Amino acid sequence: MASRGIRDRVAIVGMGCTRFTEHWDKGVDELLLDAAGEAFTSAGVTKEQVDAYWLGTAQSGMSGLTLSRPLRLQGKPVTRVENFCATGSEALRQAAYAVASGAYDVAMAIGVEKVKDSGYQGLNAFPIPNDGTQRTLTAAAMFSMVAPAYARRYGVAEDEMRTVLARIASKNHANGARNPRAQFRKEMPIEKLCAMPAVAGGLSMFDCAGVADGAAAAILVRAEDAARYTANPLVIKGLSFVAGDGSGVTDPSYDYTSFPEVAASAADAYAQAGVTEPRAELAMAEVHDCFTPTELVLMEDLGFAERGTAWKHVLDGAFDRDGDLPVNPDGGLKAFGHPVGATGLRMMFEAWLQLRGEAPPDRRIATAGSRSLALTHNLGGYPGEMVSFVSIVGTA
Amino acid sequence: MHGILGWGVHLPRRRLDRTEIRPVAGAGGGRGTRTVASYDEDTTTMGVAAARDALAAADARPRTLWFATAEPAYLDKSNATAVHAALRLDRAAGAYDAVGSVRSAMGALRAALDGPGPALVVASDLRTGLPGGTDEAAGADGAAALLTGSDRDGTPLAELVAWTSLSEEFLDRWRPPRAAASRTWEERFGEQRYTALGLEALKLALGEAGLAAADVSALAVAGLHARAARAVAAGSGVPAERIADRLDGAVGNPGAAQPALLLAAELERAAEEGAAGPGRIVVLLTLSDGVDAAVFRTTGALAGYRPVRPVAEQIGSGAPVSYGTYLAWRGLLPVEPPRRPEPARPSASAAARNSDWKFGFVGSRGEDGAVRLPPSPLDGERHPMAGETGTVAALTVDRLAYSPSPPVIFAVVDFDGGGRLPVELTDVDEGGIAVGDRVEMTFRRLFTADGVHNYFWKARPVQNSKPDASGAEGAG
Repeated sequence: MASRGIRDRVAIVGMGCTRFTEHWDKGVDELLLDAAGEAFTSAGVTKEQVDAYWLGTAQSGMSGLTLSRPLRLQGKPVTRVENFCATGSEALRQAAYAVASGAYDVAMAIGVEKVKDSGYQGLNAFPIPNDGTQRTLTAAAMFSMVAPAYARRYGVAEDEMRTVLARIASKNHANGARNPRAQFRKEMPIEKLCAMPAVAGGLSMFDCAGVADGAAAAILVRAEDAARYTANPLVIKGLSFVAGDGSGVTDPSYDYTSFPEVAASAADAYAQAGVTEPRAELAMAEVHDCFTPTELVLMEDLGFAERGTAWKHVLDGAFDRDGDLPVNPDGGLKAFGHPVGATGLRMMFEAWLQLRGEAPPDRRIATAGSRSLALTHNLGGYPGEMVSFVSIVGTA
Repeated sequence: MHGILGWGVHLPRRRLDRTEIRPVAGAGGGRGTRTVASYDEDTTTMGVAAARDALAAADARPRTLWFATAEPAYLDKSNATAVHAALRLDRAAGAYDAVGSVRSAMGALRAALDGPGPALVVASDLRTGLPGGTDEAAGADGAAALLTGSDRDGTPLAELVAWTSLSEEFLDRWRPPRAAASRTWEERFGEQRYTALGLEALKLALGEAGLAAADVSALAVAGLHARAARAVAAGSGVPAERIADRLDGAVGNPGAAQPALLLAAELERAAEEGAAGPGRIVVLLTLSDGVDAAVFRTTGALAGYRPVRPVAEQIGSGAPVSYGTYLAWRGLLPVEPPRRPEPARPSASAAARNSDWKFGFVGSRGEDGAVRLPPSPLDGERHPMAGETGTVAALTVDRLAYSPSPPVIFAVVDFDGGGRLPVELTDVDEGGIAVGDRVEMTFRRLFTADGVHNYFWKARPVQNSKPDASGAEGAG
């Protein structure tokens, strides 16, 4: 038993990402063509030069035909993957391992979601026939239970907790405001966020991720071949994935103040990548801020802050764009939007821009140039029963 | 001698103040309150609640279950089997519906008392009238369950001494299937027919028992014709102070559940007035398409019987529901639905596979000692949980999720005997519950899709401190 990883064996040599927004005028086909086209151009390859494709979509299409049909791919292996909200990262992980295995020279990972055709706000999962005893609570309500649990455990006053969560949302909105591909491009002051009415537990609509349509894609090759495609590849240092056993929802010892699946996947990814001091070694992190309390707890599960202290670091601005570890410099799910299958690759897209110095000056992270590693964290599910993905990538 | 071995009553928590009706409907209403089933209750779930209490208070496993109602959740498909599943009765216990009228409940009780015991008679009803009408204000929702049998089956608390039934076909009240409310003939016609029938049956029944009106300790007259019921009581020769309160003021008339409710209330009163000793004569007279008169004599065991949730306690512990919410719950005031997709109907085959979990709330216990909800196929031992109480470990209010009556109030519940379940709360108002509060489980209808009622369990604040063992032990 081992999780050996594929450190320095696979590189990303091209990426594409659509704007994440309410694309009333674009369907799955158009979104896939846009993201794939940008990635092909970015890597300087044609669709024929890509040997195999991995398509991540939670519920915007079934089978590889969802991609092969609009792209008119002929004779190519196309695999559709799904892993809750970590679907995009799963596509990347499968493509990376396929290249590392030597089975293919060039692979594409692409993620897409068309969520705004449902006619309803928020995300709505396809009902799988069942006995009718499953919870029908929204994800917002499930994650809302994290905030009071955290506040109670660590002695954070209710209004202080409200400010901490608003601080997280405000940071991500400030970053999104500087990102032309983000869904929400407006800064949100903390006072305004604190005054929003609650929709689920203590969470307001502005504690929740934006719900958007979008697609993102990456081209992967063996690291030794990367120079053929770009002078600035992004090299994969570690990829980790943990599917929890769901015991958090049935085990009374689970207290809603951490996500053990995240801590486990982070430890695995750090081991693969040889990272020992993530807070000091990482230039940035893109984390799964589906709700503001999620981002708070992730700072501890990912090892960026000691248990019970992340709220102070948030208030101190440690995770701001000019902080010592910028988190979600592209706006995160909060402001960039969350087309489920695309999100994991969107996170990688920001690492691609920032580490390679391509982020526009008004969004550039303070750590640029001085550190060369980025982390992306992508989860799916709920507190107590989730899947978690962590990647570490670097420019050298 | 067959008789009553125990009872349970369920009065829904919600009460409609009748003075709220007239300002909105322009007519109707009156003084006092009526009970109102929550949006997640129907005659089946209320029946389960009453039956659980009946079984918890008496040590007997029914061989037969009768479920009587004038407002069945299903036709063609039995409702008694859902009650049977929720109670986790033995598979060999027959479960039958007696559906259509108040009279059905008396027929079921008679069949139970005539047949081999123990038998469980569950009567449940939802009474709806059109806004501003008499039935709306006078009606009630609720259920009552009577456990019957002989001294071989348990300890009779009241023995049946005589039963007289007169059947007559005449039109006083009627309701086509699916109609929202009943219609009635001119009141005087039914009053005269029922009054004569009631007095005749009382005389016949007392005669069969060798008793006179003066021997009657309590006379309860049930039936939807209120004037006739009063007239029968007035003409019965039983002194006015021995005429049972029909509970019109605080409860209303719960139709098919009224006979068993009034009998239970009178037996509770007799038990409390223990000084009077055994041998008290309680007569239940029910006016419905004819009349049934049942004469009971209480036994010495009655004084020691402790109902799980006494009727008087339930009458005193309701919480208000506004007239607008009542109308919305009843479908009489269509309100804007939540902007979320409506849930899909539950799968028949999945529900059947998991019926012990879905209807009986049975989890599992593994070799590691952990209790798991829902049960895990890897665990060897089934673990009944319906009677368990627990503590709220986390709490949230979901204003976004689909619910027939938003918002959803939701808790993570840790059970005293082990196990945790994130589960919806009911019979609770926002702000009326906190982390650390005590809860118990209640069988409810989560929603209806494609005409399929999705039954499952919810948690609610603990109603009393008595242990509730119903459904917990002894069944498959």
